[in-house]
Amino acid sequence: MPIAATNDFVVKFANINGSGSASANELFARSILRMGVPVASRNIFPSNIQGLPTWYEVRVSGDGWLGRRGGVDLMVAMNPQTWDKDIGEIEPGGYLLYDSTKPLTTQKTREDITLLGVPLTTLSNSLEGTIPRERQLLRNVIYLGALSSLLGFETSVVEVLIKEQFPGKDKLIKLNMKAIELGHDYAEKNLKGLCKLKVVRSDKVGNRIFIGGNDAAGLGCVYGGATVCAWYPITPSTSLAEAFTAHCKAYRVDPQTKENKFAIVQAEDEIAAIGMVIGANWNGARAFTATSGPGISLMQEFFGLAYYAEIPAVVFDIQRGGPSTGMPTRTQQSDLLLAAYASHGDTKHVLIFPQDPKESFEFAAQAFDLAERLQTPVFVMMDLDIGMNDWLVDPLQWDDSRAYDRGKVMTAEELDAGKLFARYLDVDGDAIPYRTLPGTHPTKGTYFTRGSSHNAYAVYSESGKDYTDVMQRLLRKFETAKSLVPAPVIRAAKEETRWGVIYFGSTSVAMDEALDSLEKQGLHLDACRVRAFPFADAVTDFIAAHDQVFVVEQNRDAQLLKLIVNECAIDPARFISILHYDGAPVTARFIISAIAERMTVVRKEAAE
Amino acid sequence: MTYIAKPKFVHPGLKKNSVGFTHRDYEGRISTLCAGCGHDSISAALIETFFELDIQPHRVAKFSGIGCSSKTPDYFLGQSHGFNSVHGRMPSVLTGANLANRDLIYIGVSGDGDSASIGLGQFAHCVRRGLNMTYICENNGVYGLTKGQFSATADKGSRSKTAVNNDQPIDLVGMALLLGATYVGRSFSGDKKQLVPLLKGAILHKGMAVIDIVSPCVQFNNSPQSTKSYDFVREHNDAVNRIDFIVPRAEIKADYEPGTITEVRQHDGSILRLNKLDPAYDPHDRSKAMAYLQERHAAGEVVTGLLYIEENADDLHHHLNTAKTPLNQLNEKALCPGSAKLAALNDEYR
Repeated sequence: MPIAATNDFVVKFANINGSGSASANELFARSILRMGVPVASRNIFPSNIQGLPTWYEVRVSGDGWLGRRGGVDLMVAMNPQTWDKDIGEIEPGGYLLYDSTKPLTTQKTREDITLLGVPLTTLSNSLEGTIPRERQLLRNVIYLGALSSLLGFETSVVEVLIKEQFPGKDKLIKLNMKAIELGHDYAEKNLKGLCKLKVVRSDKVGNRIFIGGNDAAGLGCVYGGATVCAWYPITPSTSLAEAFTAHCKAYRVDPQTKENKFAIVQAEDEIAAIGMVIGANWNGARAFTATSGPGISLMQEFFGLAYYAEIPAVVFDIQRGGPSTGMPTRTQQSDLLLAAYASHGDTKHVLIFPQDPKESFEFAAQAFDLAERLQTPVFVMMDLDIGMNDWLVDPLQWDDSRAYDRGKVMTAEELDAGKLFARYLDVDGDAIPYRTLPGTHPTKGTYFTRGSSHNAYAVYSESGKDYTDVMQRLLRKFETAKSLVPAPVIRAAKEETRWGVIYFGSTSVAMDEALDSLEKQGLHLDACRVRAFPFADAVTDFIAAHDQVFVVEQNRDAQLLKLIVNECAIDPARFISILHYDGAPVTARFIISAIAERMTVVRKEAAE
Repeated sequence: MTYIAKPKFVHPGLKKNSVGFTHRDYEGRISTLCAGCGHDSISAALIETFFELDIQPHRVAKFSGIGCSSKTPDYFLGQSHGFNSVHGRMPSVLTGANLANRDLIYIGVSGDGDSASIGLGQFAHCVRRGLNMTYICENNGVYGLTKGQFSATADKGSRSKTAVNNDQPIDLVGMALLLGATYVGRSFSGDKKQLVPLLKGAILHKGMAVIDIVSPCVQFNNSPQSTKSYDFVREHNDAVNRIDFIVPRAEIKADYEPGTITEVRQHDGSILRLNKLDPAYDPHDRSKAMAYLQERHAAGEVVTGLLYIEENADDLHHHLNTAKTPLNQLNEKALCPGSAKLAALNDEYR
């Protein structure tokens, strides 16, 4: 039986990278959004420029679930290299859209799926006045037209989007619309009624926006007052620095002088990038770098310096699959331990975990306040799934009354008024000392910054006591951080339960859906979304209030669980680890199955 | 005598410069380096340089990496902010600081291990970027703190007490020229008369100034077989010129043989008066300078002096078109686009 579903199915596009499919596929996702139906889209792409397989997965979800569902209902198979694998992924009763210009002869097909052949090549060759490269690109637009007929979404919606995409380029708009019509008309005439997957206009999108996390974080840096960005290209973080650049060009060029109120340097490597960030922050500018795991590995020595010499720094880690080069174009949450204890010697760093692009925007801006307040590196731990995919999120907001927290920077006036300045002395009891910026005062307030051991007055010292005093204060400062970082979000189950679940970051969307589904099965869990390290007391309280706590994360080694066990001194037997780390974002199906299996076993045992 | 604290007493009659500071105000903590170390002479030259240039100490930010030379920023300009960073990475930290506040004067002190070995990449790239800074390499050819291993600037065939260096040396001056530095000089820690004016010119230069200073290590590399020893440099010093540094409208203090003087006007209007010891040497010709250095090095000589200058140099801020107001002085009003712009931007993502 062909699958029949309205506003609830998964379409996957199998393409060859470099063939221009990305914009057509994105057009598909946006068209459905414009129909008021939520979508979740994900790029699955190779570490390559041209010629290798790439996929784009769109989950259409009238219920608004934004995680990956798993499984494919309709496959648009445009890549002969992956044909067999792609066909294999289709759910029984699913559909296959393919280029039927040449008849299927040797290719594998399946009895239990519906074939939707569209002669894409023939149709694109019929477009007059085009060159071969254009015809290749337009094949993608033609299948979009066919899909509009098969799934029943309005071509007028597509037309509006195309016009927005190419403002003023009438010839291009016409050509694209012609391609849409070709595909649409072919499907109307030849495939009518074959596809039972439908998109019906709805109002579930509201005023939400469709934005990628790297873009949102780059914008958050602009709003958060970052003026210096030093970076080195690395997937999947590159688009964050590029987004910052684009937003700076839009918002940070002085209209009168045409001068830039920002400085962006593409460094020679990640080590230089973090060095520049530390130098700029030391000198009172808000500076950041964006990188991924290999970059964090390279920056280690500098993190120790910034921690010990107490210099603010903001670092975005767009996590990808490790170790080593690993899976550069796949997602993971596997840099937690690396970042939390970065550098040699005793160190601990502040980490914050946005769950989506909206929080990436907010946390990006907040990271600068935290870094300057705490005078220490702050890691914004994103991942490829959040960073490089467009997500449907609430509109970004900014409170105009918000002032930047520039932390404890002593001014010339304060120095003149006789205020004591000792760079590493805890005068306020919160373990955060005062700093001065170079050039502040002709005769007062200078100090010498060093990564070697120093006393409270920033003077070189090899005294054991001076050393331990500073190291102890740094621990106390980390305690202060607990109350400043984003608090965990705790969600109580509908019924009282002894089961809890802890998760963070991009796992949220799958978890939301899993919790809803488990509840419908009568399996109740309280949930705690961790948003920062150090862990607030609310996290330990949550664990204490439950007999068994699942920890769901996207890495092999249960890094969040280990960090909790280590830092909160909790018996590991309290936890059940659920790990997903194949490089694809975790699905609700995966979480539901893992949790339900365990909870059912325990319930059965209790009943017996 | 590193264990004796410097007395706080200052002679009341001590001469003040035009910004009201005495020579003493430019000093730092007492050096912990070995007696006779070339680096201490360079610190002394820097103290004299800044005093004589009438620069307020707090307008200077000093940086270093790791090593004997990198300790020295603690020993001069005690009233300036200083930053002793990590090994070989001074250039990146200084670059960041310079981006944050273009109004300060930036000096980086490094050594041959710090610059030519672990930090060769950062040295090269900060020169390429044309930072407005003075990069000083206190070059002794050895690692002092780890007790005498050869560094990458040691000449081939150099001998220490226990080993011979068979590797080709890296010439930082040659690299600086190749990579586009706009003020390049070499000097000798034992020749303050040449060094101080060279430093003055570098500090007033609005661009990337690199000065390689041969600075003998008395402990590990001052032997007769070393090309970085006091005796060797004195005997093989091929000084192409000497700068008489003169601020505008200053009186000419010395007479020179006609034809041996050339004047170089810098961006800020200051004039470098070059006393050409080698009349054929032209410090405006980058490629000839490189060829000359190679020839003389092959002949076993150490070329010193102002080797290259580009009078109208520009710097990284010019390339980045950065605002005149230092970035670290911009507030929310200047930096944050505000909620109305965000609301409009949200529409573009629908």
